[in-house]
Amino acid sequence: MPITINDTPHDLPDDPRVSLLDFLRSHAGLTGTKKGCDHGQCGACTVLVNGVRINSCLSLAVTHDGDEVTTIEGLGSPVSPSEMQQAFLRHDGFQCGYCTPGQICSATAMLKEIAAGWPSDATDDLEASPKLTGEEIRERMSGNLCRCGAYANIVAAIRDVAGENA
Amino acid sequence: MSVHCKQDAPDERNVLDSTKQGVLGEPLERPEGLLKVTGTATYAAEFDAESCLEGVLVTLPVVRGTITSIDRESVLQMPGVVAVITDERLTGRAAQGMAGEAPFQPAQQVCYWGQPVALVVAESFEEARDAAKHLSVECNADEGDAPLDPDTVEAEQRKPTKNGDLAHAMTQAAHSVDATFTTDGHASAAMEPHAAMAQWDGQSLTVHASLQMLKFNRAELADSLNLKEKQVRLIAPYVGGGFGSKLGISQETVGASLAAMKLGKPVRVVMSRQQVFQTIMRRSETTQRVRLAADSEGRLTGFGHEARVSNLPGEEFAEPVLQSSQFLYGGDNRLLQLEVARIHRMTAGSVRAPGEAVGVQTVEQAMDMLAEKAGIDPVELRLRNIPERHPAKDKPYSSRKLAECLREGASAFGWKDGPRKPRHTREGEWWIGSGVASAARIHAVVEAKARVTLRPDGTALVETDMTDIGTGTYAILGQVAGEMLGLSLDDVEVRLGDTDMPPGSGSGGSFGASSCGSAVFLACEGLRDTLAEKLGIEASDLSLKDGFALWENEKKSIAEVLDGKAIEEIGHFEPGKSTEDYAVASFGAFFAEVAVNHWTGETRVRRMTGAFGFGRVLNARTARSQCLGGMTWCIGNALTESLLFDPTDGHLANCDLAEYHVPVHRDVPDLEVVLLEERDAAASPIQAKGVGELGLCGGAGAIANAIYDACGARVFAYPMTPDRVLAAMPDK
Repeated sequence: MPITINDTPHDLPDDPRVSLLDFLRSHAGLTGTKKGCDHGQCGACTVLVNGVRINSCLSLAVTHDGDEVTTIEGLGSPVSPSEMQQAFLRHDGFQCGYCTPGQICSATAMLKEIAAGWPSDATDDLEASPKLTGEEIRERMSGNLCRCGAYANIVAAIRDVAGENA
Repeated sequence: MSVHCKQDAPDERNVLDSTKQGVLGEPLERPEGLLKVTGTATYAAEFDAESCLEGVLVTLPVVRGTITSIDRESVLQMPGVVAVITDERLTGRAAQGMAGEAPFQPAQQVCYWGQPVALVVAESFEEARDAAKHLSVECNADEGDAPLDPDTVEAEQRKPTKNGDLAHAMTQAAHSVDATFTTDGHASAAMEPHAAMAQWDGQSLTVHASLQMLKFNRAELADSLNLKEKQVRLIAPYVGGGFGSKLGISQETVGASLAAMKLGKPVRVVMSRQQVFQTIMRRSETTQRVRLAADSEGRLTGFGHEARVSNLPGEEFAEPVLQSSQFLYGGDNRLLQLEVARIHRMTAGSVRAPGEAVGVQTVEQAMDMLAEKAGIDPVELRLRNIPERHPAKDKPYSSRKLAECLREGASAFGWKDGPRKPRHTREGEWWIGSGVASAARIHAVVEAKARVTLRPDGTALVETDMTDIGTGTYAILGQVAGEMLGLSLDDVEVRLGDTDMPPGSGSGGSFGASSCGSAVFLACEGLRDTLAEKLGIEASDLSLKDGFALWENEKKSIAEVLDGKAIEEIGHFEPGKSTEDYAVASFGAFFAEVAVNHWTGETRVRRMTGAFGFGRVLNARTARSQCLGGMTWCIGNALTESLLFDPTDGHLANCDLAEYHVPVHRDVPDLEVVLLEERDAAASPIQAKGVGELGLCGGAGAIANAIYDACGARVFAYPMTPDRVLAAMPDK
């Protein structure tokens, strides 16, 4: 089975060394996913695989036989940006823009994780449903580095999308 | 046509306050923002080129030595490998900011651990990476006596600033402080690794690169390759952060270019994150002695700041630690002395706010100690010590909002004034405290050109090779043009980052906005004159708003005035005497609240307020974001960021983003920014100064002072990691 990226099927690469990140950028032509460290340390390459966020640099493309991958380009386009993309724009949740696709993919999936009741280090009561506090958002987004220092605005954007729950 | 201005006198006209559009300063969204949030902005490595080859740099784990042989055959038989580039034009170091000439060559002469010495080119990245690991390189190592520790070598003294007799003032002082601080080295750690994609057509070279200052970079690259500047075109419409690390060209740009020229095919080279850490500019570690002498009311009679920094042999740059100490506070008896130790670590160069980023916080800690000794509120102590004129050069300040920043920042933060004593508040395991620091950053402007075209449909096009490295250049240049030409931002197109366009200042030293903004301003003044001429009126009688020309009781659309013909001007701004005749700088104040864990020494910043005055605000949204970014850097600078070098073999031990700790989301609380509008007529024709670095200049000192106020630990070493805080924590 091929890999499906943003609803389009692609054949997997012949070279087993190709990371999912390099496959997206070099083979599928989807450069929206960024390479910041290639070691799973910065989060710039975050994409959704079957709806769950991962660092695509830490995963070999050939292991994604049959998977559904969503990249930043799959979340929205300049013509129809997603709610999260619009919120980042509105709150200036970026400066240079390089970590931004990863932040947005991560934030999009993160809200679903909270809704699904997944706890985090910032969750006080592991038995109860986690609350969408600033501390929860910050903890869960801490795998996405931003050197421009747009964190305060990113959190504001995420809170905006989360609505009254945040 | 061209409008030239060398600014020899303050520009008090404040033209931008009389224009009618009302777009300048507005907190507008970035025009390129939609591309960035949708992943469709194209960075250096992302340009498409048919059959582009991939290059990977080969580095050497040797501190000093000379390459004796490189065995190309060891990898040429590997799958996909096309070439091994060992050209003598390969550069061993990155160019310093505004060098305009080739950095250190040849790369085969190794000066620091991890220096790139060759480039392997293959059909795929995976093949090139594998081959680069297998390339056999012989090196005649000469490591034995290569100095690695800045404290063990004799340092070169730079010219000091000396007034009066500081030592005597110290003995006569009612209150004095004599403290020595250390700061560890820092990495820029821009999120986009250094990258270049080069194409050669036999005559000319086109390079998509991640660079901050294209005018200078073009000269550096041409000089490195023995080409003429006109043979080199650099393109960088989007740059994934710079913070000084992309001021000058680096090894990937030269390597990709040489490979493309040799092979006649496009070649892409992207540094690994480890290579970026190992070979790109570091901020030098510093040792700083600060001496303050004061009278019984806390007024400074003496001010001393001495610093030791380091760099490689042959590098002129020395972290300008004392830069703002020259003018921030008074004191008639002064001694400022910088010295440079020559050691074999990678090149030291500009990292965001070189100098002040580590030089202000130590002075601000010393001021906190003085406030305690004198029994004066720390905000009040600072207010008492704002000098009337530049203390060493006796010239006037152009404009300065330091006092206002201290007062308004204190008010916004909810600063409790009065005498202070540590350990006043405890919440469980956590001591809670607050601290203040002043902010100061020198002002600079740089020659810049920009072309502005009014197109027949009445819209405008702004073109310069200036870059936007996240700073907001697209927005603010559009806003300057829109304000001058009576257009909304939607009707101004801004094109940046291409050396085919007029040379701007480049992004660095917080001078991009005021320098390039002034070039755009000048071009627009010329266009306004032309429009007035077409209408047969004086330019001073012309107003432009919402695409219309207005004069007396008349109104005509700009498109109508143009009558089907585009008009264009090149604005050419040059710094002149105005910034020499005055002490010109940006100022501010930081307030921080921290919690310090009594048992672990861990510090959490709970909230932070920054108040800043930096001349005219060109876009309140992007300016605020710049301040937020700077304050975020303060947190890393204060608590976590440290380049750690192995004392035996000199290698950088924490050369990635897992081990070099930049602040993450959870380290950064809600941050409050107060922007204080001012007009600095001496700073630039648009009365603007810089903001990109100010937010980083002193704030770590506010955090240090808050740690002391919280738990009584006075920490003299940055970053103030838990072990250091714990060691300084008093028993009771």
